[in-house]
Amino acid sequence: MADNGVNKGRRRLLLGATTVVGAVGAVGVAVPFVASWQPSARARAAGAPVSADVSKLEPGQRMTVEWRGRPVWVVRRTPDMIERTENFDPARLADPDSQEPQQPAYITGPLRSVRPEYSVLIGICTHLGCSPLFRPEPDDVDMTAWPGGYFCPCHGSYFDLSGRVFRNVPAPLNLEVPPYRFDGDAVIVVGEDEEAA
Amino acid sequence: MGNPNRVKAESGIMRWVDDRFPATQMWQDHLSKYYAPKNFNFWYFFGSLALLVLVNQILTGVWLTMSYNPSAEGAFASVEYIMRDVEYGWLIRYLHSTGASAFFVVVYLHMFRALLYGSYKAPRELVWIFGMAIYLLLMAEAFMGYLLPWGQMSYWGAQVIISLFSAIPFVGPDLAQWVRGDYLISGITLNRFFALHVVALPIVILALVVLHLIALHEVGSNNPDGIDIKSKKDETGKPLDGIPFHPYYTVKDVFGVAVFLFVFAAVVFYFPEGGGYFLERPNFEPANPMVTPDHIAPVWYFTPFYAILRAITFDLFGLDAKFLGVVFMGGAIAVLFVLPWLDRSPVNSIRYKGWMSKVMLILFAISFIILGVLGALPATPMRTAVAQLCTVLYFAFFLLMPFYTRMEKTKPVPERVTG
Repeated sequence: MADNGVNKGRRRLLLGATTVVGAVGAVGVAVPFVASWQPSARARAAGAPVSADVSKLEPGQRMTVEWRGRPVWVVRRTPDMIERTENFDPARLADPDSQEPQQPAYITGPLRSVRPEYSVLIGICTHLGCSPLFRPEPDDVDMTAWPGGYFCPCHGSYFDLSGRVFRNVPAPLNLEVPPYRFDGDAVIVVGEDEEAA
Repeated sequence: MGNPNRVKAESGIMRWVDDRFPATQMWQDHLSKYYAPKNFNFWYFFGSLALLVLVNQILTGVWLTMSYNPSAEGAFASVEYIMRDVEYGWLIRYLHSTGASAFFVVVYLHMFRALLYGSYKAPRELVWIFGMAIYLLLMAEAFMGYLLPWGQMSYWGAQVIISLFSAIPFVGPDLAQWVRGDYLISGITLNRFFALHVVALPIVILALVVLHLIALHEVGSNNPDGIDIKSKKDETGKPLDGIPFHPYYTVKDVFGVAVFLFVFAAVVFYFPEGGGYFLERPNFEPANPMVTPDHIAPVWYFTPFYAILRAITFDLFGLDAKFLGVVFMGGAIAVLFVLPWLDRSPVNSIRYKGWMSKVMLILFAISFIILGVLGALPATPMRTAVAQLCTVLYFAFFLLMPFYTRMEKTKPVPERVTG
């Protein structure tokens, strides 16, 4: 074909404009496909708060409730456990003062709980998502001055009874504290903040 | 009729086809007149074997789909149903599960051949890159396939790998949730992995295999001497050191296939679990989000990279160890893609490279195997230290390559291929 009378500038402009419109269209088409991978309405509903009756929990015992498919531990701490946790050498912990955002704002201090007696933690190791083992007593782990806590068998991470991670273990962060509130004395609602009560 | 530039059959039904589709032309280009170097050795069996295993995976995979139920409630039971109640279901499933491991065996050997003889070097960079893309997608395919039986190791292995995404700063947790489609791995994740494993990834892998072969046949096969056979041709234009792929190498490959099938069948019939490495023992229990197995190890073909991930236990450059581990693991695979530009040696084959290349390749191969062993074992301080050393060696092979391949003294390359 001859080039006779071809306005190359106009042809380039039309080509460019068509390409841009086409690209915008392609991005628009991608939106539903990408968004379709987000949790569905049913999955979001299944992630709603759960209540746990802790009245039958004896001091030193742990119970597990499921929230959003993850194990949530509720431990009723004995005075001895509280004392061991509070007096533990912070130099051996990576984040003793909970500086990293692994808990709601109302969770502070070495006990990381709303009420000292009850520790509520998500039982998933912050390293690669295994579930650590409950080792509450000083003899449970072969370590000098073990304050009681959790040991992750997958890659050897240690946490104290407040879920605070030790130094020099694979896990980088303290165990997560889920949002929770007390409904009276005997019920803990996991998944709802204190303020929302 | 048709394209006059094509080679066509003289007459008959093939002539009718050739006027409409370049069948004879393609047959000649890719088989009967594709001249491959005559000095292929043992290492050249694995490309065609990979193709064989691919066919096995597709055939058995389609049949498994007929009885498998991709739901959190039904998946585990449907695999047991295939194993116990479906006629020959056990055989089809073991062919598929053993085929997955066999795929990685032949692909690793196929890739090592490329490292030995410099098959990634110009003009074969795209052959290498298409091959690496196949390898990457094969890992994704295998990972997603491993979730489908919905056993304990399926579940927790996927949990570990998907949580790697959450190590990425800022967008990580949202990205991991987007991949899962839920707050945890659930039937939703299982369903999308099923769709990707059975439909999307196989299509892309097949397309890449076609690209890999077209690129190879465009530039011609390398050989153990790493020299160009097209530079010495006879008066008809046929390479002096080349022989037609068909029948010479099709016959050779059929022999390779026969030997391979002996070994493959022995595993399928007598050791289908591969001693707990092909099918891990915790996977005989249904997935349970509340109970973690004592020891989570990926399937053997991922263990070298898993060992690299775990070897990073320290913070560096303001990045925390978890994210850095992911970066190193990704880097270990990404660096393979740029290999053609790291090798600055004037020769292709290890036969004519200097002692430094030989030592580095041996160290690389040994460290890869040690990493593979370590990645399957629980971590101890001693093992972590060894994994760190092997990680250094792994990366040194690539990152020092521009230097040692240029510094070393190479041997003279022969004019014609040797034995």
